[in-house]
Amino acid sequence: MSQLTYTDAVNAFDPVFGIEVHVELNTRTKMFCGCLNEFGGEPNTHVCPVCLGLPGSMPVTNGKAVESAIRLGLALGCQIRESSRFARKNYFYPDVSKDYQISQYDEPTSYDGSLEVVLDDGTVVTIAIERAHMEEDAGKNTHVGGGGGIQGADYSLVDYNRGGVPLVEIVTKPIEGMGERTAEVARAYVATIRDIVRGLGISDGRMEQGSLRADVNLSLRPKAADAADQSAVPFGKRSETKNVNSLRAIERAVHYEAARQAELLLAGQPVVQETRHWHEDTSSTTPGRSKEQAEDYRYFPEPDLLPVEPSRAWVEQLRATIPEHPAKLRARLREEWGFSELEMRDAIAADALTLIADTVAAGASPLAARKWWLGELARTANEREVTLQDLPVTASDIAELQGLVDAGTINDKLARQALEGVLAGEGSPATVVEARGLVVVSDDSALEAAVDEALAAQPDVLEKIREGKLQAAGAIVGAVMKTTRGQADAGRVREIILQRAGVEG
Amino acid sequence: MSSLERADVARLAALARIDMTDSDLDRLSGQLSAIVDAVATLEEVADADVPATSHPIPMANVEREDVVIPSLTPEEALAAAPQAEGGRYRVPQILGEDA
Amino acid sequence: MSDTTAADRLVRMTAAEMADALAAGEITSTALTQAHLDRIAAVDGDVHAFLYVNTDRALETASAVDADRAAGVSLPRLAGVPIGIKDVLVTKGLPTTAGSRILEGWIPPYDSTVASKVREARMPILGKTNMDEFAMGSSTEHSAFGPTHNPWDLDRIPGGSGGGSAAALAAFESPLTIGSDTGGSIRQPAAVTATVGVKPTYGGVSRYGAIALASSLDQLGPCGRTVLDTALLHEVMGGHDPMDATSLREPVAGAVAAALEGASGDLTGVRIGVIKELGGEGYQDGVRQRFEEALDAARRAGAEIVEVSCPSFVYALAAYYLILPAEASSNLAKFDGVRFGLRVERDTIERTMAATRAQGFGDEVKRRVILGTYALSAGYYDAYYGSAQKVRTLIQRDFDAAFARAHVLVSPTAPTTPFKLGERIDDPLAMYLNDVATIPANLAGIPGMSIPAGLAPEDGLPVGFQLLAPAHEDARLYRVGGAIEALLTAAWGGPLSAQAPRLATTTAEVAK
Repeated sequence: MSQLTYTDAVNAFDPVFGIEVHVELNTRTKMFCGCLNEFGGEPNTHVCPVCLGLPGSMPVTNGKAVESAIRLGLALGCQIRESSRFARKNYFYPDVSKDYQISQYDEPTSYDGSLEVVLDDGTVVTIAIERAHMEEDAGKNTHVGGGGGIQGADYSLVDYNRGGVPLVEIVTKPIEGMGERTAEVARAYVATIRDIVRGLGISDGRMEQGSLRADVNLSLRPKAADAADQSAVPFGKRSETKNVNSLRAIERAVHYEAARQAELLLAGQPVVQETRHWHEDTSSTTPGRSKEQAEDYRYFPEPDLLPVEPSRAWVEQLRATIPEHPAKLRARLREEWGFSELEMRDAIAADALTLIADTVAAGASPLAARKWWLGELARTANEREVTLQDLPVTASDIAELQGLVDAGTINDKLARQALEGVLAGEGSPATVVEARGLVVVSDDSALEAAVDEALAAQPDVLEKIREGKLQAAGAIVGAVMKTTRGQADAGRVREIILQRAGVEG
Repeated sequence: MSSLERADVARLAALARIDMTDSDLDRLSGQLSAIVDAVATLEEVADADVPATSHPIPMANVEREDVVIPSLTPEEALAAAPQAEGGRYRVPQILGEDA
Repeated sequence: MSDTTAADRLVRMTAAEMADALAAGEITSTALTQAHLDRIAAVDGDVHAFLYVNTDRALETASAVDADRAAGVSLPRLAGVPIGIKDVLVTKGLPTTAGSRILEGWIPPYDSTVASKVREARMPILGKTNMDEFAMGSSTEHSAFGPTHNPWDLDRIPGGSGGGSAAALAAFESPLTIGSDTGGSIRQPAAVTATVGVKPTYGGVSRYGAIALASSLDQLGPCGRTVLDTALLHEVMGGHDPMDATSLREPVAGAVAAALEGASGDLTGVRIGVIKELGGEGYQDGVRQRFEEALDAARRAGAEIVEVSCPSFVYALAAYYLILPAEASSNLAKFDGVRFGLRVERDTIERTMAATRAQGFGDEVKRRVILGTYALSAGYYDAYYGSAQKVRTLIQRDFDAAFARAHVLVSPTAPTTPFKLGERIDDPLAMYLNDVATIPANLAGIPGMSIPAGLAPEDGLPVGFQLLAPAHEDARLYRVGGAIEALLTAAWGGPLSAQAPRLATTTAEVAK
């Protein structure tokens, strides 16, 4: 463990970092075969000769994956190559079923992009993107014996369900000049990527499920005497930290690595260029196994696949489907909706922005939309241990529900009952209201009858009202609400009571 | 292009995951050197202006729809496995890194 | 021919004749298939064309076809005609070895597209034929399960890598077989066994389920004793396959019609280009003589013979022996003892893989995998693989220029008649020279055919005549090849295959 802090480290040295993000696409099928692309599932139930690498098998490219990859490239401001080929990356590993991975090498489909990342305090930094290329995922090794990790295991078991799942690998250029904010920027960058892929609808972007993975590269170089000369100082040796499974871990891994490297350098020791693993439990990194030889992947163009040549017209069509940059979108929505910073932050934290926006688009007010999604529905989602998106209710359902309240057809209490019905699958709000008879009773003769009945049971109320104690009407309203099971229009009931008392309301 | 030394062959065999005995290495490096010399002529004729042909019949954009094709059952998949356990392929201890 | 038995006559028919006889109800598929199984049992102990004989299932297919035919069900043209399949093709439920110990005992859980087509065509599968291990070789001596012997002279090679498929035809063990051709592995065995073999245009036949050697060079193709038979099989095998991204969109059209047209022997208006670089020094005298005689016959039938030059062909062998090993080294990486095939267990998976491959692969495979690994390694790509791919472009350009002057190009298929078993096995470079005439077609992706040209006077052994056509023009091969076959057959007084020496028959069971 380092005695040095991160702050000490970035004061003593100039940090340079890079991030490689792997995005798992949510296509229905795998990258090169028709097996289901689905998280979980019994081992080896989504496998075929192609993704198992059986002799004679051949890959065929998933067109939807190509489209998603290009859209991602466009969202990252990249150039889209006119002709790009897949390449074989050759290496032996049990979870790589062909003992080569089909990837892209010197012709990535997307290259030379840039992404604006907005930090918490509103500072905008621009991250240069080197490339975003397509490749296939490997299967999963489970190590048995010796504590479950790879070191000291007795043997391993391989499941190829994940093998062949489409990935897009996004590589940044080395990012300089972030100084102390390096860790923060690294984290914000990955969060932005996550928002983008979710906004595009091409990935769940869940780090905890592995559909978004990040490797963090970091190096330190001496500080130049003059800040203007800093760029000319050569980069130091970098470490690559893998297994960084959350946004928080990204920040911590940068903290740890910077401190570790600074301590070595200050002691006059060299930093080894190596791969390291992040350990959540100890908040530290450890070196991976040292390799005797550098890997020689012997890349060559994949002969079984044909080049990807998206027409410029099609690329422009896809460009039109790219949603706004998340930060810009948020700023615009906040202004449109008139939410406070805190309200906005709550909505983002609950991952409810799109739901609220869709509900507003369907006709509800932002206030009402927020009330439902962050109130009743958030509570329900929590109880059921699912996300808001998983609930069996749509934005247009909520807009419809609120519409019924606004029209006076139902009140808030009845609306909650109707919502229960919608969540139970009984149909749309209007259908549930009708089926369950949840309509507010506003038929005057029915209400008058109910009021008279209640007044008869509590004869002294009218006297009290005439004496000026208008709040006494509340008891009658309550009684009427009870006999009508909450379906009376409370306002109208009160009016009738006051009429009976001969008083203005 | 130089001929293949014995040490080169040993290194390549390791890269290709093929065990070699000393006599294998001796025998192969002689044969391989001869072959490499024979094919060494190509660099002279293939100059920068000539594009490479990786696909003899030019085609592009060959893709399939994102539609499920039935998978093998786990039993079919594992039927030929040299060793299996719990529905997975079993292999001895892995020395290398997790990718 | 006077003492041929009925069964003998059955197996000596052409596939076309068999199909006609079946359709006419003159013979049953059961009788036909049984006759072939009996023939295999009688001669394959010496020939060793088959690695696996599919007795029960072949007879089941035959019997089902007979029942359907009796019931008036409409059947495909070749239904009931038996076939042998090179063991490079994955066949569901039937052992598939690619001639290698590393796949010994492997029973695939899926069918190659071509095997599915054979089943859809209702052709009884007699078995899997022998081959050089992973199709690497020109003599079938590199099979891990022992060589195949040329029925014309059992001490000689049947060609390779598809020696089993060719020998099965020449020994009348099967009327049709399927082969694969990466650098001549269909055409060269055809040449040395006096049979017909075709490598289609690259992509013309699906490679899904064909165990890959060199992905940008491999093609599966039809083999038969006559051009028409081969055309019939070509039309069963060919066509677009969504499981093979490199397969051509166009349907296979016109092979049979072209073969029938060619049968007239008329070559008026056809320009035949003789490739200067293929046929001079290094070519056996008798090979050149029979080649010239075939050209004379063509000329008399109205063809115009021109000479063409393809100067880049001198680099073809070198380019091939860089591209093939490079792609093969990657294609063969999957044989690692993890999911299928041989496993030689050691304490770690890394050592297990290395021990498995050391034991499971033969010498020629190891040679080419190492060579390919070298050709692709860091620092060498541009000089080796990269340069070889550029030479391919030069070869294509030479072909384009030549086809501007001729409809088909021709050469002897192989430089020599079949040599003796063991003669070249210790000299890889000498072995590679067998392919010098056939390789250019694979590099360019164009279709090629070998037909019998006669027997060399000096040794009485088969000589092959190669025809090449532009990409997509496979039908042209059948048209011109069919015509030359008709002319030569007339000159010989019958098909050359009938002149093969009688094989000694045994009653021993062939190992399944």
